[in-house]
Amino acid sequence: MPARLFLQADQPWVDWGWLSTHVPYVWAAVEQHLELTVIAVVVGLALALVLGVLAHVWRPLRFPVLTLFGAFYTIPSIALFAILIPITGLSGTSAEIPLIGYNVLILVRNVMVGLDSVPTDVLDAADGMGYRRLARLMSVEIPLAMPAIFAGLRVAVVSTIGIVTITAVIGLGGLGQLILRGLIQDFRTPLVIATVLCIVIALFSDLLLAGVQRLVVPWARNA
Amino acid sequence: MSVGDLWRWLTDPANWQGSDGIPTRLGEQVHVSVEAMLIGAAIALPLGITLGHYGRFGNLAINISNVGRAVPSFGIIVIAFLALGLGDWPIVLALTALAIPPMVTNSYVAMREVDADIKEAARGMGYRELAQVLRVELPLAVPLIMAGVRTSAVQVVATATLAAVVAGGGFGRYIVDGLARSDYPRLVAGALLVAALALATELLLAGLQRLLVPRGIRLLSAPVSHRVTAAKVA
Repeated sequence: MPARLFLQADQPWVDWGWLSTHVPYVWAAVEQHLELTVIAVVVGLALALVLGVLAHVWRPLRFPVLTLFGAFYTIPSIALFAILIPITGLSGTSAEIPLIGYNVLILVRNVMVGLDSVPTDVLDAADGMGYRRLARLMSVEIPLAMPAIFAGLRVAVVSTIGIVTITAVIGLGGLGQLILRGLIQDFRTPLVIATVLCIVIALFSDLLLAGVQRLVVPWARNA
Repeated sequence: MSVGDLWRWLTDPANWQGSDGIPTRLGEQVHVSVEAMLIGAAIALPLGITLGHYGRFGNLAINISNVGRAVPSFGIIVIAFLALGLGDWPIVLALTALAIPPMVTNSYVAMREVDADIKEAARGMGYRELAQVLRVELPLAVPLIMAGVRTSAVQVVATATLAAVVAGGGFGRYIVDGLARSDYPRLVAGALLVAALALATELLLAGLQRLLVPRGIRLLSAPVSHRVTAAKVA
């Protein structure tokens, strides 16, 4: 295959010597990766909770919220990053706006499903005990919606960790920077390490959240 | 860059012809996406449907999309390129790998969710196993199966955009080249074309889903949106 002439086909997939001298470099990428992920998930969750509760209280809001964020979710991240560059430049803002928007869709759907799933008997009982609307929401409805919200949170965290790599195209990327470096230098080691680390961090975060979920909503262990 | 610049780029006849023209780039992106979806569906759907029908390996069928979601699409595209070289087929291979998990999980869940009473009734009416699968279970499972196909297709089209980063074609070319040359009209026009293609894929498959779902089921179908495995990898 002539196309492969300029690619070093016989290099090893991981050069452990490179890794041993580049631990701080890899660690810095992991830190940036986690920072981009945490901001996207926390802001996304906050917006989704507000929108989800509003749409729960005022039903006509559901359709526009789901349609708007559904369309946004369908648009590939690289397109959204590119559209934002002339407006917000090669910055964290250009990376975070799409990531947050995606998480809002994943989470708002689960907030709605969770709030809808609270049995009417429970609501009646809370009313009978004298709960006001806001107190009922905060101490009865939201806790009972937690299993669904957690399910959404786990999906949001895992997806975000994967998509953050694509922000390498706009100069960020966390571990995506290592992937891009591997590509540009035709050097497999950073590429393989970044991809594997990405998968490991995503799966570990998922397990961690599953553990937190068991502690926070112990009554729904098998949900 | 103004909206006028963007409009001029999109309406410039030079951008509608030749090897870097919009029709060529559209063709490239659709070509790799369709190939990956066809291969992916040929593997994933029979697998998910069979596992779902027999109710075997449920953990595998469900966890495959959890793991699939954790795999960074950008890394997979670059690995496929560095391992296999230039050309369409490394990209098709990477896209196929990303297309499979949501389709396996959704078709498994779709078959599992067919009401046990209905299966028993079919058996009581004398359906053989194959006839029962083809004429009773599959029609009932179509909404969820198609939801999985839709999820995969949108993700495949989105990830195909990244092919441009590894010297591939498609609308992603405009984004990568626009960035490299600070040519903002090209960059944003490319982004709009990518977004339009993804939305068109979603709508097209939603239409196909309506055609494939038997009318009787359409009437009683509950919203599937929250039961579908969310997958966003690109």
